[in-house]
Amino acid sequence: MRNDMFSVLRRSPFSIMQMRRFTARICGVVACLMMLSVVFPNVAQAFSDEELRNIAEQLNDKSSTKQVAIIEEMAADGDPRVAPILKAMLEGDLYVRDSDEHVVIATKKGKVYTHIDIISGEEAGESSSKELDKIKVNNRLRGALRDALATLNLFSPDHAVRTAAVEQIMDARNPAMLPLLLRAIEREDDETLLARMNLARATMALAAGENAEERLAAIDVLASETTPQIRAVLSQFVASAEAEGIEPEVVTAAQDALDDVEGRLSNWQTLGDVYRGISLGSVLLLAAVGLAITFGVMGVINMAHGEMIMIGAYTTFVVQQILSSVLPSGSPWSLIIAVPAAFLVAGMIGVVIERCVIRFLYGRPLETLLATWGVSLVLQQATRTIFGATNQQVTAPDFMSGAIEFSTGLVLTYNRLWIILFSLIVVAGIACVLRYTAFGLQMRAVTQNRRMAGSVGIRTGYVDALTFGLGSGIAGIAGVALSQISNVSPNLGQTYIIDSFMVVVFGGVGNLWGTVLGAFSLGIVNKFLEPFAGAVLAKIFVLIALILFIQKRPKGLFALKGRAVEA
Amino acid sequence: MTDYSQKYQMTPVVGWLLKDRGGMILLTILIAAAILVPIGNLLVPETSSFHVPTWMLSLLGKYLCYALLALSVDLIWGFCGILSLGHGAFFALGGYAMGMYLMRQIGDRGVYGNPELPDFMVFLNWTELPWYWYGFDMFWFAIVMAMFVPGLLAFVFGFLAFRSRVTGVYLSIITQAMTYALLLAFFRNDMGFGGNNGLTDFKDLLGYSLQSDGTRAGLFVASCVFLGICYIVARGITQSRLGKVLIAIRDAESRVRFTGYRVEYYKLFVFTISAVMAGIAGALYVPQVGIINPGEFAPALSIEIVIWVAVGGRGTLYGAVLGAFIVNYAKTFFTGVMPDFWLFFLGGLFIAVTLLLPKGVIGAVPAFGAPDRQSILSSMRKRLSAGGKA
Repeated sequence: MRNDMFSVLRRSPFSIMQMRRFTARICGVVACLMMLSVVFPNVAQAFSDEELRNIAEQLNDKSSTKQVAIIEEMAADGDPRVAPILKAMLEGDLYVRDSDEHVVIATKKGKVYTHIDIISGEEAGESSSKELDKIKVNNRLRGALRDALATLNLFSPDHAVRTAAVEQIMDARNPAMLPLLLRAIEREDDETLLARMNLARATMALAAGENAEERLAAIDVLASETTPQIRAVLSQFVASAEAEGIEPEVVTAAQDALDDVEGRLSNWQTLGDVYRGISLGSVLLLAAVGLAITFGVMGVINMAHGEMIMIGAYTTFVVQQILSSVLPSGSPWSLIIAVPAAFLVAGMIGVVIERCVIRFLYGRPLETLLATWGVSLVLQQATRTIFGATNQQVTAPDFMSGAIEFSTGLVLTYNRLWIILFSLIVVAGIACVLRYTAFGLQMRAVTQNRRMAGSVGIRTGYVDALTFGLGSGIAGIAGVALSQISNVSPNLGQTYIIDSFMVVVFGGVGNLWGTVLGAFSLGIVNKFLEPFAGAVLAKIFVLIALILFIQKRPKGLFALKGRAVEA
Repeated sequence: MTDYSQKYQMTPVVGWLLKDRGGMILLTILIAAAILVPIGNLLVPETSSFHVPTWMLSLLGKYLCYALLALSVDLIWGFCGILSLGHGAFFALGGYAMGMYLMRQIGDRGVYGNPELPDFMVFLNWTELPWYWYGFDMFWFAIVMAMFVPGLLAFVFGFLAFRSRVTGVYLSIITQAMTYALLLAFFRNDMGFGGNNGLTDFKDLLGYSLQSDGTRAGLFVASCVFLGICYIVARGITQSRLGKVLIAIRDAESRVRFTGYRVEYYKLFVFTISAVMAGIAGALYVPQVGIINPGEFAPALSIEIVIWVAVGGRGTLYGAVLGAFIVNYAKTFFTGVMPDFWLFFLGGLFIAVTLLLPKGVIGAVPAFGAPDRQSILSSMRKRLSAGGKA
């Protein structure tokens, strides 16, 4: 390392000034060694004060090639004082002072510039802008500066900074940073970080390796990883290998490794598509499950179903507003309180709609469709009048924000995971109500044979109202979950209404499991089509496929007997 | 089938038209409007109180197009029980066909001055006209396409749906899915129909400037004429023996099928005719409003058409025309005076009409509908008590 310092001096033009600095350097070395042992036990302070000043002055060179070399030189030793200089240079705060030709960091305060000495890091006078010459940076220099800063960060005591630095080096893959990376590897204790550093070393070794063995070893390291980044590194290497005259066996090995990585990545991609499909499916399921009761069980075409979802979302908003004004600390619980609240509000509105409109229209599905559409318009406009047409902000509680990230590029956000879980809980709850409660039994009885149910003493009108209320209430619950992923606006319901009907019709009217299966298969098909066709075309394909599917099986996947059969 | 047509001679056209009181009134009004309104616009001086301003002429022309659209829905819903919630799609397709012709007529007067390509294609860096735009520089071709494309879509869609006996609500839902899919498709820039913005900035039609009063009056007359012709065609269909079968299908589809009729062919025929009418309405609509965009495919608009028919009186044809005028006038009125109230009104109308006026406004007028001449009030009472028992 010492040798390097001499070589810098040797390369620089000889002058009397430099002779003087050369002698002063000896004192510097002593000071430097002392500081090294006391202040920075871990990091070598590679430059003496004079050396640093000297080399920093060369940053003002005319040739940017030379400047890049200097930057790399400065960074290559991991001196902690270099980082602020380079950072200042990157930000355009590095100047040459006219009075003594010293390089200083200057920050503007009002009309005067405050100088900071690059060696001591302390304030060293101030001046107007006239007395300072800015060291200009172009894009090439900026790139070099960023790389250099990243390598310097490798020695930061902060684990997070080191992690970020390694990632940055991985992206830049600048072979000039290799020596410093090697030193960082020697010092690193953290296992995971060490693995990342080794990977970064391999990417550099692949590009700048001296011989076939080094490259093959690098390829071995790379092939064990599965990230899009490594795929890019390898494919870049393979693409340019021929032109650079790299040994054929290395190229073959790289190609094999590339195929390997690609194969594994595509498996992850498939997994990601399935996850996204399930995620979309759970949203569809939530939106449709209330409809599976009102439309599926009762045979009522409820076009206001989407508005019930919207009411649920707005209830969430109101609950959150009230709770945060009454007791600010309780706001994380607002979602949990909103679930029963939304069920009650939407359910009660549902009962009112059933009693006032729908009960006059049983057995006339087309008229029901039109009347409930009217209801939906009224509800939309009422919401718009009360809350305004703009989106309302529903905040996410802490347990729903964040994500699990895999290095392979797969990201599982917590809110989606919660929604998947929530949708399954809701469906299980409905299934239990239908199967195990007295109300569920009465409901099924009325569905299968209304007159018979009536004659054994079931109040059919009462059951109708409650069933519709249940379906609406569940739509309200769905609204609580959907408020987390879509805009809470009066148009919220419109977004989901067609999808909901598609799911119910596809799954088979009157069959809860059909709805579940329908929702998830539509979600997954949609997400598998998206990479090939784009989001909009995928949706169009799914709609067309559904239209064709209904031709084939007009009663959906699972047909059920009951009131809905002869609509 | 041939022996049937010989056996059941169709009544001479004039004969049944004279018996159709509502139809006669409608046609008389149309003829009067086609003569008087353009005169009031073009010849009567602006100071006179009989002068018809151009904006009103355009507005009436727009209503006439809506009326034709409502007529086409009534033909299938009122007489065959097919509730299409996607008729806006046929309307919009007809409109796009006309829009494409008008787009080509702009020639090099567009912003980019490209004689061959419409502005939005130049903007998207397209170098040549897509194949499906060929021919739209000819008026007759655009007119044929405005009828053929909706007709073809309805034929294919209907063939698939009716053959597999998709009926009732299921059919309504998949027609809605159809128009929704088209809405999404037409929003895409890649489709070559102007994407989100649609087609607009039209200059002239057959060489006449669209801005001039004369062209507007001409379009108004054309709308009256086409509405009249389509009314007569629709009435002819419903009066014919075929029309009786359609009504039978509406009331008891299975029974008609068991009697030996091929229900799907009847439905397919009337569905296709209805789509062609909707296409014509769209083609007349676009030059009068000066724009066509994917918004016309929105499922909500298609449902609104149904309410026009329901308000006027389903299954009467002239009722549909009346309903289109009433609802659209109300829309113009409310969106102008108190925009917030419009959706309340429309929503309330949906509920009120289905609950209280199942035969629409026409059905409430004793001379036209109500078989036992009930007053509106007593029919309401009857509905409510009947509903309570069900």
